Amino acid sequence: MRRKRGLSRQPDSLRDLRPGQSGVVTHLDVNGALKRRFIDMGITPGVRIYVVKEAPLGDPIEINLRGYELSIRKSDAFRIKIMLAKDVDQK
Amino acid sequence: MNKTAVIQPPKKTTLRKHFTAALLGNPNCGKTMLFNALTGSNQYVGNWPGVTVEKKIGRLQSNLEGELVDLPGIYSLSTYSIEERVSRDFILNENPDVIINIIDGTNIERNLYLTLQALEIGRPMIIVINMMDEVKKRGDTIFCDKLSGILGVPVIPISAKKGENIALVLKEVEQAAYARPIPPKILYDQSTYDAISRITQILAEEENHHNIPFRFYATKLLEDDSACITLLGLNSDQCFRINRIIEEYERESAFGDRQTMLSDARFCFIEQVVAKSVKRKYQQGEMTLSDKIDRIVTNRWLAYPIFFTILFLMFMLTFQTVGAFLQDVLQTLFDNVLSPLLTSFLLSVNAPDWTQGLLVDGILNGVGTVVSFVPLIALLFFCLSIMEDSGYMARAAFIMDKLFSKLGLSGQSFIPMIMGFGCSVPAIMSARTMPSEKDRRLTILLTPFMSCGAKLPVYGLFAAAFFPEYQGYVIFGMYLIGMVVAVLSGLLLSRITFRGDTMPFVMELPPYRLPSLRGTCRLTWDKAKDFLIRAGTIIFAMSIVLWFLQAFNFHLQMVTDNSQSMLALIGACIAPVFIPLGFGTWQATVSVLSGFVAKEAVVSTMAVLYAGQAGGSNALVAGVQAAFTPASAFAMMVFVLLCAPCMAACATIKREMNSWKWALFTYAYQIGAAYIVSLLVYRICLLLF
Repeated sequence: MRRKRGLSRQPDSLRDLRPGQSGVVTHLDVNGALKRRFIDMGITPGVRIYVVKEAPLGDPIEINLRGYELSIRKSDAFRIKIMLAKDVDQK
Repeated sequence: MNKTAVIQPPKKTTLRKHFTAALLGNPNCGKTMLFNALTGSNQYVGNWPGVTVEKKIGRLQSNLEGELVDLPGIYSLSTYSIEERVSRDFILNENPDVIINIIDGTNIERNLYLTLQALEIGRPMIIVINMMDEVKKRGDTIFCDKLSGILGVPVIPISAKKGENIALVLKEVEQAAYARPIPPKILYDQSTYDAISRITQILAEEENHHNIPFRFYATKLLEDDSACITLLGLNSDQCFRINRIIEEYERESAFGDRQTMLSDARFCFIEQVVAKSVKRKYQQGEMTLSDKIDRIVTNRWLAYPIFFTILFLMFMLTFQTVGAFLQDVLQTLFDNVLSPLLTSFLLSVNAPDWTQGLLVDGILNGVGTVVSFVPLIALLFFCLSIMEDSGYMARAAFIMDKLFSKLGLSGQSFIPMIMGFGCSVPAIMSARTMPSEKDRRLTILLTPFMSCGAKLPVYGLFAAAFFPEYQGYVIFGMYLIGMVVAVLSGLLLSRITFRGDTMPFVMELPPYRLPSLRGTCRLTWDKAKDFLIRAGTIIFAMSIVLWFLQAFNFHLQMVTDNSQSMLALIGACIAPVFIPLGFGTWQATVSVLSGFVAKEAVVSTMAVLYAGQAGGSNALVAGVQAAFTPASAFAMMVFVLLCAPCMAACATIKREMNSWKWALFTYAYQIGAAYIVSLLVYRICLLLF
């Protein structure tokens, strides 16, 4: 779906979230072993993810979900499609 | 139609007394501490066959004869990574009598994901909840009886660090080992449950599938686990029926794909379980102490200064202060005490000359070489262990990852490489903790390019002889060349040899914990012992061989003139290889070969060969100036920098790679890279100067 220019893009993947924002995972845009890896680490549709911070060089990012913290590269975070959570600033 | 079952029925336990337990759990949940507590000092460390994953077996401290196998820390029983495959194969094929599943009480939800899969296998199991001391500190309560009732297995709360309840664990293990396996009581949602049951029925049709965990395989098939499909040897009709069941299942949910649905079912069940058996004091959203520490430690501006300070302190401790002191002590012990003692003893019994050579120069020297590495290894691993157990190591990987991802590695490669600047041996040993085998192998290959401390005297000598005004720059230049070659090699090899199965870099950042002194000392001791036994024997043997080669000529007579020895003649044969590099003399070749013993030996050999009888550093410099040109000196420095490391490191490489194929590839690559770069350097210098 094309977005009109000028309107700010809605974050649609984990990579688009900024530190302090939360998102709920809608689906994983990847297959096979990579998907397995995400699922095994608890990143499944419906889970709420809070972005804690970025590493000093901008990559990877630290996320909080299910009560623990993971480090994930932005290129992989891109594969995790999310919906922006209504209330930000809360884990 | 394939009727023969590929999976064998489980082995029967022959003796009632001897049983095997497997320790299964996530990384970072204190598994090692529990393993040590349950086995005491009766441990054996090796590798799982053919892979770089460490295997630990220990004897249980109990009245009955029990063996405990430490499985690698994993998050799930997929076949995704080597660790998972090793663990899963062990449980399914070797049939341990009881599985001890250790979970982290502060992180139950994620840990239970693995627990459920293990329960589905149906082998007797006990659950041990570790870190109960932290759970109590947080004010949370875990109702172990309730949890036990829901999951159908004993649940024991412990604190491995404090040693609480370990005896109870042993008791439960013994009881469970002889108990009958009970069917798992996991209640998924109806459609998942139906799908699993129907697939299980199909699997159970084969007559020769006895005592095989159908339920487990059914869930794995539902998850689209490809390894399973081939392993079970199902015929096409069965596959067709199973696929139909799975497709129906997928249609019933909005998710629409089997992997997601099954894991969602699992997490739903876990949420129910936790809701019934865990009472939390605080909401999960609040900032913990770890978060507060991280605000500083991974802060954009403070992260790198803090990191490099910590590294600097580690190096100071290991190579300057304590480490240097211990090394001096050992050196004095060998040179000034043991060596003369042995010599005088041999003289007093009128032993022939060659025995003195063999015992003092060969054996004692060999032992001395091995032992001299121990302080380095002990101190470095002491520091590393603290960094790992405290949780800082994960943060270090976090901040260094971006730089390493370009090379096809991850941030976790940083620590081994940085240690390589000190000594390759512990650096290579520390690569063991990295999660992916590909990363491990590539890191082990690249680490020796980080110029180790022993090579420094070589640069110092040549720099003093040929580039006296620019000594600092030259030496720094060598380090730089090493790093550049490592980077280029990483880029090259990650595209060619180490291609494929790029894991997404998803790494856990465990909460900060105070490392236990006992655990750290234990690990340090284990590593030092491991080195002494494994690499030590090889180094020792090699020292004797090399002494022999340089003390005797081909007629097996002892020689006083070095140039007549076997080593010299071998050097003379190889020397022509180095002519294009500018240092094709037998003395230079022998010096380089002696670097195989220890890189420090290069200078001492050169001292013997070039300074002649007069000796002294001036004579050495003069001798070197006469024998080399600036260009060839530079080329030789580069060759020593890049070529395969000393035999201690080579032995360690073989040990960690756990495969001759990879070890030889590593040596070949390094020697090849050394030759090519050295050649280029020499030719370019000739052209320019």
